[in-house]
Amino acid sequence: MSSSPRRLALLCAGMIAAAGTIALAAEPGYYGYGERATPEQIAGWDIDARGEDGMGLPPGSGTVHRGTEVYAEQCAACHGTFGEGEGRFPKLVGGAGTLRDDRPELTVGSYWPFAPTLWDYINRAMPMPAPHTLSADDVYALTAYILNLNDIVPSEFVADRESLPKVKMPNRDNFLWTDPRPDTAAKPCMSGCVDPADIRIASTAEGKNLTPRTTGPLDTMQPK
Amino acid sequence: MRPDLWRSISLLSSTGAHTRLGRRSLLGLGAALTGSLALGPKQAHAETSPASPPADAPWSQSLGAGVVDRPYGRPADTEAGVIRRNVPWLTAGTESSISFSPLQDLHGIITPNGLFFERYHAGRPDVERDQHKLMIHGLVERPLILSMKDILRFPSVSRIHFIECPANGGMEWRAAQLNSLQFNHGMISCAEWTGVRLSTLLEEVGIKKEAKWVMVEGADGAHMNRSLPLDKCLDDCLVVYAQNGEALRPEQGYPLRLVVPGWEGNVSIKWLRRIKLGEKPWHSREETSKYTDLMPDGTSRGFTWLIDAKSVITFPCPEKPLHGPGLYEIRGLAWTGNGKVKRVDVSTDGGANWQSARLHEPVLSKALTKFTLPWRWDGQPALLESRVIDETGYVQPTIAQLRKLRGTNSVYHNNSIQTWQVKGDGSVFDVQLA
Repeated sequence: MSSSPRRLALLCAGMIAAAGTIALAAEPGYYGYGERATPEQIAGWDIDARGEDGMGLPPGSGTVHRGTEVYAEQCAACHGTFGEGEGRFPKLVGGAGTLRDDRPELTVGSYWPFAPTLWDYINRAMPMPAPHTLSADDVYALTAYILNLNDIVPSEFVADRESLPKVKMPNRDNFLWTDPRPDTAAKPCMSGCVDPADIRIASTAEGKNLTPRTTGPLDTMQPK
Repeated sequence: MRPDLWRSISLLSSTGAHTRLGRRSLLGLGAALTGSLALGPKQAHAETSPASPPADAPWSQSLGAGVVDRPYGRPADTEAGVIRRNVPWLTAGTESSISFSPLQDLHGIITPNGLFFERYHAGRPDVERDQHKLMIHGLVERPLILSMKDILRFPSVSRIHFIECPANGGMEWRAAQLNSLQFNHGMISCAEWTGVRLSTLLEEVGIKKEAKWVMVEGADGAHMNRSLPLDKCLDDCLVVYAQNGEALRPEQGYPLRLVVPGWEGNVSIKWLRRIKLGEKPWHSREETSKYTDLMPDGTSRGFTWLIDAKSVITFPCPEKPLHGPGLYEIRGLAWTGNGKVKRVDVSTDGGANWQSARLHEPVLSKALTKFTLPWRWDGQPALLESRVIDETGYVQPTIAQLRKLRGTNSVYHNNSIQTWQVKGDGSVFDVQLA
């Protein structure tokens, strides 16, 4: 990743490009715009918790039992009483062992690699109509409840900043975090690339009735 | 939009764009529609039309509306059907969803602001500019809070870049499903962005030497956040307040968004309110549970940011069929997150033989590039394809190639060659070849 020489090189390139006009920021605070962020201001917005080690998780805690109550009130309408998902809202539970299937089921239990990410996401984005309105304790409780629904933690589990990073998610080790692409290679052939006899239509969208209309007013098409 | 016009337009479309429309029924639709794009050239020259020679058109014999009749302006009424559209059955609601740009009706590399595709994770917030703040903190020397006035004072740059959702084409992994250019490819748009380099802001706060990663976060209800390597942030990322010369639209992140050129759209955080520097990535929900690519062996690829090279023929297409044999111009768009488009080849026989298309200036890095190729259609069935090669030498793959490697459940990064089947009657269908 980045190193000081690299940044210096970028900075120099920028200064050369700007030569004769105005020097770019050579020092922090060169422009001097804006206000210094105070610790209180930062604390209000500094909401992130890191997935891998839970850094940023706040004080507080929540039990599976408390999670049952909060979940019924705040989550069940969309995600179903036991995390099964209502309508097309996401399932939170199940799908263990399905990731190689033709129709895999990606849920917190079957797919998510890090438990603190669950706390972070509920805290920042849920419940959808009123995001970031739950207390840290209630978010811990919901995290404990959803992990328990997935049989990842026992019913006596208490979620807090110490316990969550230690939870080993079932799919934890199945992510490759460096992009292996380009994973295809081809020479751009120009003529006689395929025997015309081998060119065959394998599938067509014609007649599938999945396409909303593309003229006139917006379509409200729903699945048949 | 006048309701009567909507009715007329839907009547036209329900008859099918390429079916013969009786002139008598056309007359009943009123003069405003006689020049409609839905009609072929022959119909437009209907001798009984009240607006075509020898008649003088009604709008040529009346006084038009004055200046500031429309102080902001809007497209012509006849273009009312050129709009972003969604696939209602795709998502639980419209607030965490996607809409598609009508590529079939666009004619250059710049997407008009009202037609730029939308992707929300918690709906579109209506942010008040004068209350919006950007906080930059974490592993920095002097954490800052910047107002929009502050941000506008920094040296400004303008760059033309595409933004593409990595799920563009994601509904086509298993098979051809949606018979539409708009719905299969419309999660891409391109604009001229104006703002300040992210590197300028980061140098201003002073980067501590331990910093390697940057978390960017929005002011929407999702507090949408992603992790980016510091190198990319210092390379070409922009914090922008303007799009095609005017303030950002609320749909595109007003008053402030990030633009990460050439990378999957969701890292270009909209309604940008916070930038935090750290030594490790955050693994947020939007880079673990979502925006990761599930492979057939059950493993997943994460941090697949790059948009690989891709191209598509925008005319003809299912929405814009052919009207009889003759000379046509095949038109299309190509792009790559790796830099510039080097070449686009076009095949009319399903990939057996290819011809290089003409690339139109400007050919810009990480921007849409327009290509055209004249084509004399003999009225026989044809299979049209385009294939881009970018400046790294990367060649756009076929769907069969991608499926062999990645299976059918990886959702994202389907950059495969699109095949359009042209039938003898000129109609066009989305197909996939074996």
